[in-house]
Amino acid sequence: MKSDIILSGVGGQGILSIAATIGMAALENHLQLKQAEIHGMSQRGGAVQSHLRISEKEIASDLIPMGKADLIISVEPMESLRYLPWLSETGWLVTNTTPFVNIQDYPDMKELLSEIEKVPNHIAINADEIARHVKSMRSSNIVMLGAASPFLDLPYESLEIGIKKIFERKGEKVVQFNLDALKAGREFALKHSPVAKN
Amino acid sequence: MEKLLLLGAEAIAQGAIDGGMSGIYAYPGTPSTEITEYVQNNKLAVERKLHSQWSANEKTAMEAALGMSYAGKRAMVCMKHVGLNVAADAFINSAITGVNGGLLVTVADDPSMHSSQNEQDSRFFGKFAMIPILEPANQQEAYDMAYEGFELSEKFKIPVLIRITTRLSHSRSGVQRREIKQENPLTYPEDPIQFVLLPSNARKRYKGLLGIQSMLEQESENSVYNTYIPGRDKSLGIIACGIAFNYLKENFITSKCSHPILQINQYPLPYSKVEKIVDECEKVLVLEDGYPFVEEQLRGFLNINSKIIGRLNGTVPRDGELNPDIVAKALGKEVKQGLPVPKVVANRPPELCSGCSHRDIYNALNETMKEFGKQKVFSDIGCYTLGALPPWNSINSCVDMGASITMAKGAADAGVRPSIAVIGDSTFTHSGMTALLDCVYENTPVTIIISDNATTAMTGGQASHATGKLEEICLGLGVKTDHVRVLTPLPKYHDEMVKTLREEFLYEGVSVIIPRRECIVQSVAKNKREAKSKKAEVAQ
Repeated sequence: MKSDIILSGVGGQGILSIAATIGMAALENHLQLKQAEIHGMSQRGGAVQSHLRISEKEIASDLIPMGKADLIISVEPMESLRYLPWLSETGWLVTNTTPFVNIQDYPDMKELLSEIEKVPNHIAINADEIARHVKSMRSSNIVMLGAASPFLDLPYESLEIGIKKIFERKGEKVVQFNLDALKAGREFALKHSPVAKN
Repeated sequence: MEKLLLLGAEAIAQGAIDGGMSGIYAYPGTPSTEITEYVQNNKLAVERKLHSQWSANEKTAMEAALGMSYAGKRAMVCMKHVGLNVAADAFINSAITGVNGGLLVTVADDPSMHSSQNEQDSRFFGKFAMIPILEPANQQEAYDMAYEGFELSEKFKIPVLIRITTRLSHSRSGVQRREIKQENPLTYPEDPIQFVLLPSNARKRYKGLLGIQSMLEQESENSVYNTYIPGRDKSLGIIACGIAFNYLKENFITSKCSHPILQINQYPLPYSKVEKIVDECEKVLVLEDGYPFVEEQLRGFLNINSKIIGRLNGTVPRDGELNPDIVAKALGKEVKQGLPVPKVVANRPPELCSGCSHRDIYNALNETMKEFGKQKVFSDIGCYTLGALPPWNSINSCVDMGASITMAKGAADAGVRPSIAVIGDSTFTHSGMTALLDCVYENTPVTIIISDNATTAMTGGQASHATGKLEEICLGLGVKTDHVRVLTPLPKYHDEMVKTLREEFLYEGVSVIIPRRECIVQSVAKNKREAKSKKAEVAQ
């Protein structure tokens, strides 16, 4: 088993919480893990990404080679496209469609969505709307993790355990919101992608 | 012992704690900040009351760590690469004084300049000081090298440099802990004048340092971190330093590498191992993250033995961070990219947060500068450096910590009016105070704006030495009371800010303007914490 994942978004959108949850789930399954993060200047509203690698075997590089990522999980639509050179031919792009507009030349949404459509394996999901729907406004990042969960070689229960561990110190309510968000994201992906594994 | 999931930076901190460290000294700087923060929050470190408060700058941190070592205790000082420039005087001389308790100098370099002004390679500094350098390739080695580093330092009675780069510092992986060591007892150096670098003693000490060089080389030769891996195909040999080894290995996941490989993670260079691979191979590719430090030593100025390839002959790009793809290309392997990045994707640079006080001061400054002309604003290192970008375009320099004030002084001396500096509160106490003293000494006509957000914001909100003391510091240094002006940077006070700026720009002497409002990120976090504790109180 080997899974190379690129997480992308804008500084402050919570990609590190996604990474931490997957990381926790990987540990739960006694897998090896490497996760390269971006700290510092870019966290001030800039483009951020994280390379997350999990495997049964020893992992060499902290960075994923180009064309080798199995999955891109993006909490922002434009950011999802920035890392396409890393996506493998059989890899999946799972992205939020709610834009985070903090630059003047943010592209036209229609154009962005049509570029996302061009990626052979993709799931585009309005995670912010789904998060609102499950009354967990600030959990759109975990909705995205839920939507990507069918493409992760990890048992769904392990992700739930990961969420419990990561959000434990924020209280039961926050844990429950995030579990709901995870489930809602997953259900969307299973409904809209015929090949998503159960 | 338990296994932990740690960033490279955190692994170093844990290794140092478990290795018997008594204190850590540092000024925050990406990508090194997390080392000290980890110690501040670590249970064992708190129980043992290990020193972990922030220092004013890297020089004071280096000196304090040396003082702790003088007292026989194990100490670590850590910093980003450019911080070592600030600490250089103390650092180089600490190799001459030598140490008593083990002393580790951990420096995090930033190739590709993710969050820095340059990509200088600290291994040069280690060689300059003539001390051992340890360069971990992964998180486990980061832990082990910090853990074992104290003993290496105490064995030769000199400081040891641990060099990492951004990628390892900010990448997480599993780390196996080792047995926890006791701290050293307090002891004084055997020789009471060991640390007295008067020329007569310094010459003696320096000869001693020169004398142990061959032993340090032997130590590298026998080090488990410098491994020679035999290979049949001697048309090429590969030397891989630190994290570069991982990128090399990534290219041989499915097939074994048939070339001899020399992994170098400890310096000075292990002579016979290097000699062996260079002698037996037709060409030798050097892979190192940072400057061509090893490559340059092997080539020599005349490049007589022209079999060394790497960054200097274009096999590897001359600048920037390494990655598996760059290494693949250097090996002549094909890199298969995925889809290209669509043209619609725009750049998204970092920006000042919405609600940030720097925004308000830049708005006021820009309006005032309409009357005074362009290119007269010197600035510094911190969040406010983002004022160089649109929509503000407010500042004209960012060089090194504290330089805004001294550059404004030099420009004023040259005739620039008004000559303005914009600096943050933490940067001011890091390296701006002596610069201000220079201005006061000559009553140079400069206006220094200390944008005070009561934190070290860019690196994540560490405490600032300046908080609550700025006016007193400035008055104490001799700025006149009438020309220390405090403002509240909010849109509703815009006109008042413009008026004050204008008045001070016209003053032919030293002015300090302090726009003061807490960092918005810290303030939001604080409010949240307070609301939560209030809620908990109510619940009880």
